[in-house]
Amino acid sequence: MLEIKNLHADVEGKAILRGINLTIQPGEVHAIMGPNGSGKSTLAHVISGRDGYDVTEGEVLYHGKNILEMEPEERAGEGVFLAFQYPVEIPGVTNTTFMKEALNSIRKYRGEDELDAMQFMKVIREKTKQLGVSNDMLKRAVNVGFSGGEKKRNDILQMAILEPSLAILDETDSGLDIDALKTVADGVNLLRSPENATLVITHYQRLLDYIVPDFVHVLAKGRIVKSGDKTLAQELEKKGYAEFTDQAA
Amino acid sequence: MAATVETVDQVRALADDKYKYGFVTDIEADTAPKGLDESTVRFISAKKEEPEWLLEWRLKAYRQWLTMPEPEWAKVDFPAIDYQDAYYFSAPKTTEAPKSLDEVDPELLRTYEKLGIPLREQEMLAGVAVDAVFDSVSVATTFRHKLAEKGVIFCSISEAIKDYPDLVKKYLGSVVPYGDNKHACLNSAVFTDGSFVYIPKGVRCPMELSTYFRINAANTGQFERTLIIADEGSYVSYLEGCTAPMRDENQLHAAVVELIVLDDAEIKYSTVQNWYPGDENGVGGIYNFVTKRGACRGKNSKISWTQVETGSAVTWKYPSCILQGDNSVGEFYSIAITNNMQQADTGTKMIHLGKNTTSRIIAKGISAGKSQSTYRGLVRMGAKAKGARNYTQCDSLLIGDKCGAHTVPYIESRNSSAQIEHEATTSKISEDQLFYCRQRGIGEEDAVALVVNGFCREVLQQLPMEFAVEAQKLVGISLEGSVG
Repeated sequence: MLEIKNLHADVEGKAILRGINLTIQPGEVHAIMGPNGSGKSTLAHVISGRDGYDVTEGEVLYHGKNILEMEPEERAGEGVFLAFQYPVEIPGVTNTTFMKEALNSIRKYRGEDELDAMQFMKVIREKTKQLGVSNDMLKRAVNVGFSGGEKKRNDILQMAILEPSLAILDETDSGLDIDALKTVADGVNLLRSPENATLVITHYQRLLDYIVPDFVHVLAKGRIVKSGDKTLAQELEKKGYAEFTDQAA
Repeated sequence: MAATVETVDQVRALADDKYKYGFVTDIEADTAPKGLDESTVRFISAKKEEPEWLLEWRLKAYRQWLTMPEPEWAKVDFPAIDYQDAYYFSAPKTTEAPKSLDEVDPELLRTYEKLGIPLREQEMLAGVAVDAVFDSVSVATTFRHKLAEKGVIFCSISEAIKDYPDLVKKYLGSVVPYGDNKHACLNSAVFTDGSFVYIPKGVRCPMELSTYFRINAANTGQFERTLIIADEGSYVSYLEGCTAPMRDENQLHAAVVELIVLDDAEIKYSTVQNWYPGDENGVGGIYNFVTKRGACRGKNSKISWTQVETGSAVTWKYPSCILQGDNSVGEFYSIAITNNMQQADTGTKMIHLGKNTTSRIIAKGISAGKSQSTYRGLVRMGAKAKGARNYTQCDSLLIGDKCGAHTVPYIESRNSSAQIEHEATTSKISEDQLFYCRQRGIGEEDAVALVVNGFCREVLQQLPMEFAVEAQKLVGISLEGSVG
């Protein structure tokens, strides 16, 4: 469903991604690991369409469509979801308002009817129950005054509501204590299905104890230097990134 | 005001004999020649069959107006106004009114559609020649009946001058004297109509009063004069304006609004102003020079101003409170949005005179395009205003890098027991916020509208429910084309 072919991307003239190739099939969980500065977040941003990156070569096909030519909201409409490393605060906008606007925008993109307030509340109640999230969070402004754990859980709730076919988790584990990490991982696991795929971007192996990947890729200096199964993550945890970094140089 | 037409239709069904109340003004009135001199003032006064004292008052205003300089302290810039190149009484139609919506500017229609305004109402707003006046007559009649049961007076100021001369004479110009400033002075000399409200002692007005329901309100825009009196222990919520952009041929608007609040009474005054802002270069937009002031004369009285200013090429407006009564409360909640070449210099004055008076100012300015937005506010604590308190919060949001936001607070305190707090922030709408929204599927313009509505939330919450929903949509529409 996702095919990344020879992807090169620059930030302010500096090459960050230098020929990424990656194919993800429905139902799979892929993990991308790598040291700081290896291009992990850049990859997440290029796939989701953030400004500030120049794709100089290669393509990203999603269900056969070249999504690099789409606006970020169109990619979201196609089913790409990014859980942020630092979820953003939007003062004065309640979570409920935000999520309703998001869900209806996506439904509209897909040619589906927009939900009215009643129908939407039904969806929300179902999802919060499923994830064990308190309703109190819905009335608060988006991420304003949320703890680190709450912000990440809020992202997972959004994901549950928008039901993406590809979820990219960009260092979702950063800044989380072990309990918060488990809650987030539980949420992600709950949403796994044979039709959906997940791309987990992380620095540490820790998260992968809870979200068990089918494939692990090591990213170093803008290239995938090694791929394997979940044992690769454990190997990395023991040996560190040094040998891969040397390999990439 | 989407509900208005439905109401009109309901009333139509109820009142078959709607023309029996024969107080429809003769629209084919004589016109005064172009320009302004004493004879124009006399003509207006005679045409309206006004008492001698009012003519004298108008003439004094006119004579003083001649001597007054234009106020120049505001941060706005526009060519000098040629006062002789305007009509001051029933200007003849310079352009033919459109005969149907097919003849109306499609851009305007697109906006109406986005606001969800029904077709019939679109015709009224766009000035299509329909019998809108008769509609509002019948609506007004129904409402009047309900109000009359409570003893509430709600009529045009011309009628009030005839029917309630004592009230008008006592209060007209008592809050905004005719010589207050050049624009108010001009209004005093040549005002042609406006609203009058009197809420008797102990009465809570049973409905929101809106200029919209008043007879011929559509024709009184240029020099509007509003006088609202809340007698002891009464309450009224008053709505002015409309979210939909109104067609108007007069460039200069100089309105005066006076509020008088006696012991334990409260007036809540909400405005949505969306006059034509001009094209992208600001050509042809309305100059909106308004003097709005309320006096909390009685103890424990309260005035709350809420305004959403999105229209006009130039806005010059400072709804103020004179807090005379002990424990009286003044509030000012404001959203000012400027886009393209618009200029807004707006804010408030809180004059604390009585003991333990409190005031609260929440001002939100949003600037986009090449526009300039200024908050200008005065908080004055008089020597006898023991224990007076003020809280001011003034936030500016910038969209793009060619606009400006300015905050000019004036704070004067003449007693040591007063407390004054002032907080101000300026921020830009962030890339992070926009990307976050867009990644969740929300398009760029909707994302801007969402973030800006969040920024304005404290003020929007002050608006009556139905108004608030429309104002939210208006915020988004006003900022279209401001990003990307």
